[in-house]
Amino acid sequence: MDLPILSIITFLPLLGAFILLFVERRREAFIKGLAFVVSLVGFLLSLHLFAAFRADTPELQFVEKVPWVEGLGVSYFLGIDGLSLFLVLLTTFLSAVAILASFSVVHKVKEYMICMLLLETGMVGVFVALDLLLFYIFWEAMLIPMYFLIGVWGGPRRIYATWKFILYTMAGSVLMLVGIIILYLLGGRTFDLPALSQVSIPPGLQRWLFFAFALAFAIKVPMFPFHTWLPDAHVEAPTAGSVLLAGVLLKMGTYGFLRFALPLFPQASVEFAPLILFLALVGILYGALVSMIQPDLKTLVAYSSVSHLGFVMLGMFALTIQGVEGAILQMVNHGLSTGALFLIVGMLYDRMHTRMIEELGGLYRPLPLLGAFFLIVAFSSIGLPGLNGFVGEFLILVGTFLRSKLYAVLAAVGVILAAVYMLWMLQRVMFGEQRGQEAGHLFDLSGREIAVLLPVVLCILWIGIYPHPFLKRMDASVQHLLQQIQVRQAISHQPSAFRILDLGLRISELGSLHQSFNPKSEIGNPQSSDRRPLIAESLREGWNSSSLR
Amino acid sequence: MELVIPQVNWAVMAPMLVVAVSALSVLVVDLFLPKERRGLLAGISLLGLAFAFMVSVRLWGREEQAFKGMVALDPLALFFDLVFLLVAALTILISPEYLKREEAHYGEYYVLILFATLGMMLMASGLDLIVIFLGLETLSLSLFILSGFLRGRLSSNESALKYLLLGAFATSFFLYGIALLYGSTGTTNLPRIGKLLQGVLTGTDPLLFLSMGLLMVGLGFKIATVPFHAWIPDVYEGAPTSVTAFMIAGTKAATFAAFLRIFPYALSSLQADWTRILAALAVLTMTVGNVMAIAQQNVKRMLAYSSIAHAGYLMVALVAAGEPSIGELAAPSLLFYLVVYAFMNLGAFGVIIALGKKGEMNLTFDDYAGLGFRHPALALAMAVFMFSLAGLPPTAGFIGKFYLFTAAVQAGYVGLAIIGVLNGVLSVYFYLRLVVAMYMSLGEVEPTQLTLSPALAAAITLSAVMTLYLGLFPGWLFDRASTAVLAFVG
Repeated sequence: MDLPILSIITFLPLLGAFILLFVERRREAFIKGLAFVVSLVGFLLSLHLFAAFRADTPELQFVEKVPWVEGLGVSYFLGIDGLSLFLVLLTTFLSAVAILASFSVVHKVKEYMICMLLLETGMVGVFVALDLLLFYIFWEAMLIPMYFLIGVWGGPRRIYATWKFILYTMAGSVLMLVGIIILYLLGGRTFDLPALSQVSIPPGLQRWLFFAFALAFAIKVPMFPFHTWLPDAHVEAPTAGSVLLAGVLLKMGTYGFLRFALPLFPQASVEFAPLILFLALVGILYGALVSMIQPDLKTLVAYSSVSHLGFVMLGMFALTIQGVEGAILQMVNHGLSTGALFLIVGMLYDRMHTRMIEELGGLYRPLPLLGAFFLIVAFSSIGLPGLNGFVGEFLILVGTFLRSKLYAVLAAVGVILAAVYMLWMLQRVMFGEQRGQEAGHLFDLSGREIAVLLPVVLCILWIGIYPHPFLKRMDASVQHLLQQIQVRQAISHQPSAFRILDLGLRISELGSLHQSFNPKSEIGNPQSSDRRPLIAESLREGWNSSSLR
Repeated sequence: MELVIPQVNWAVMAPMLVVAVSALSVLVVDLFLPKERRGLLAGISLLGLAFAFMVSVRLWGREEQAFKGMVALDPLALFFDLVFLLVAALTILISPEYLKREEAHYGEYYVLILFATLGMMLMASGLDLIVIFLGLETLSLSLFILSGFLRGRLSSNESALKYLLLGAFATSFFLYGIALLYGSTGTTNLPRIGKLLQGVLTGTDPLLFLSMGLLMVGLGFKIATVPFHAWIPDVYEGAPTSVTAFMIAGTKAATFAAFLRIFPYALSSLQADWTRILAALAVLTMTVGNVMAIAQQNVKRMLAYSSIAHAGYLMVALVAAGEPSIGELAAPSLLFYLVVYAFMNLGAFGVIIALGKKGEMNLTFDDYAGLGFRHPALALAMAVFMFSLAGLPPTAGFIGKFYLFTAAVQAGYVGLAIIGVLNGVLSVYFYLRLVVAMYMSLGEVEPTQLTLSPALAAAITLSAVMTLYLGLFPGWLFDRASTAVLAFVG
């Protein structure tokens, strides 16, 4: 492959936005069409990534690397691996969906579409950049279009929400900038992530740096107690803004932990893991409980994001292979199901002109199609077996169980609570006595709206029924990541004998991975969960498997 | 009696001479020009500046001295010369429209701008405290008149008077500092002072300590270091808008040039003392500037306060430059930021002028409401400048701050860098408030009549393009800034 495909996917939307600048404002249909075509082409191109991705290696793929600011050691360094592949796909997919869903925008269409395309460039850039400074530039630059989307096309309290959004996220990320600078000077004048991952950082400093990075990511996720910006931003953002905010932007935080915090500061990550697990658990339960009492559909979905992202963090910081893979899959799942929920809430709002749950009721009868989609998506969000949410949450719970049984049990309570708030909401909105507008005035989904929702629901089903193609592409990278953490932690902690021991443990655990997603074999095979304590045995196995590799 | 003509290396003075000659020719041409053709004067000034620019570029890389080592031609001086010429040229591009509107389009304006530029260049080239003082005075005297250029307006008069009184006071501090330094070392020549003071500690000589403090006050006044900043808002708000832009970008650059010549190099042996003081002042300056700017309703006044904050960021680099052995990024990052600041600041003032109405009206945040959809291009340019001033990527303001704080961390001032970035967040509030006003508040929807003169449009476009370009491709400029400083140190 000689074509710089990642660059094309990243900057095609930017090019589209640039062209839109010169299109006459009145030609709205053309503007919408062009924006959609550009985002669709971006998605189709990213499908190529999926097809050509080699699942058997943790190496970075589709790498592009050219020096950029030579004096400073900044390079234009893009690449993906199993950690980022699906997030790139999710971004291009949801961008196209969101742009199609925003055809109903009537004010300032040109500027709107420019912002959407710029946002897409920023988001894809975050997931493909492997140079720390380049990453930071995308990370911050992406705030600008989002800031406009909320502030110009948002709801009544949009200005307050946009302030809160931008100040909160900026306050979080500037300390990361100082952290990046320190790393850069420490690591011999480079921002190259793979190279920096080899630098060993003294434990004291590592804690500070981890703190600086973690704060930026935790605010973006958002982890409890940094979540307060989220409901405001979600409620005030226009529908497509909410979709991308929930679907993609929040993933940047979790991705940041995965891509940067874990490999760069392994020791500190392990050290802080209990705290993060605790906060994640609080987030799961708190988000779910608060969701239950929300009067507004949009805030309900927003708080449910806090809960779901808590799951992602829980799985990730369990630092087991199942947990991490579950976390990545759950990022995608949450993007799909919450994105779809926001789309449906937006469609309901277009019809009913309210999002207040108590003003709605009995809508299933006049809106059967919308109701059906709503049901599927809500079930996916709850984690019903057969749909995508189940796969992710199950893996996360298994992964957490290996780390701490108590946490797994408590997190499972969160799943139950999710069922409570979702089903109760569905019951009030879709069933029962019909309220709100007269049935005669309601139109079920239009062709365009079906075209928006159907692909999302198909993905939900696909991941739910056959997640293998997804998990397969993550395996190698996740293994590599965990190995890296383990090994580097060993290097700085212990003499070399222990290092081998640790490595053996790790590799043996990885061996059991491929069976890890088949619920039956997992349950029927207690070995995989009991393997951890049996170090001697794993050591033996580890030698075997390492000689096999 | 034989008349001895001293041998002077005129090449050293070449850029300055070009500026001086063009100033004088503007003065002469003005006499013969009818009132309505004064636009021509701007053209002549620009030509002169362009010529000086070319001469400076031609001289790049040379290292010479003249007047017995009092004036230097080195890459550092040339780099600053180019910055000053750029600032002056942009100022002249944005001026005519404003002056015509305020009915103050006199030829002397251009002459004074050129002389002020000459003063700045002298300050940056001075290897002797007396030369730096001469430059400072040439600059200040021109600015005193310029800030009171709108004779009919009370605020302009107030601005000029305040600036004159306080400026004179501060200059005398600077002069005392020179005198005391002369008293303790016996010379005013900077390289010689540097050599004499090698190994001397301030504790041993109270005179030296005092003179260092006085020099710092004198220069600190010019860049509006807290606590010598009280004059800033009134002077900057009252002065003609174009002059404010010129003062903010130009004076700041010139004074930092003097700072660089005096502190990190001549007074390097006292580094432990002055870096400590400057670090404390930098923290104060950044924070006070940003906090005060938050409360402003007038865009011009807001930018005046924000200029204080930017002086604070630059001082961080100056502190880092005090550690020349490990802080080799510091001085170049200072130079780089000054260029970036010139573009974003003059661009922003260009937009202010474009939107202003006669009598310094139309300057509050409310007046910018809805601008984004009334005048999209102008609002877009302003948004770029605001994002850049706030330090958001991918603008030059981000990369400039990145260099500054990297230099600070490299020299071991992590605390300063952290305070700096947190201040950046603070500043996001008031810069983006303007963006909120332009794009998110409802204002008049009907486009008002707005005709931009080509010169003004060119200045704004150039600034906006450069703000983005330097944000994406900063390498070439930073490399040149590094060369400028390296040659000086070596």
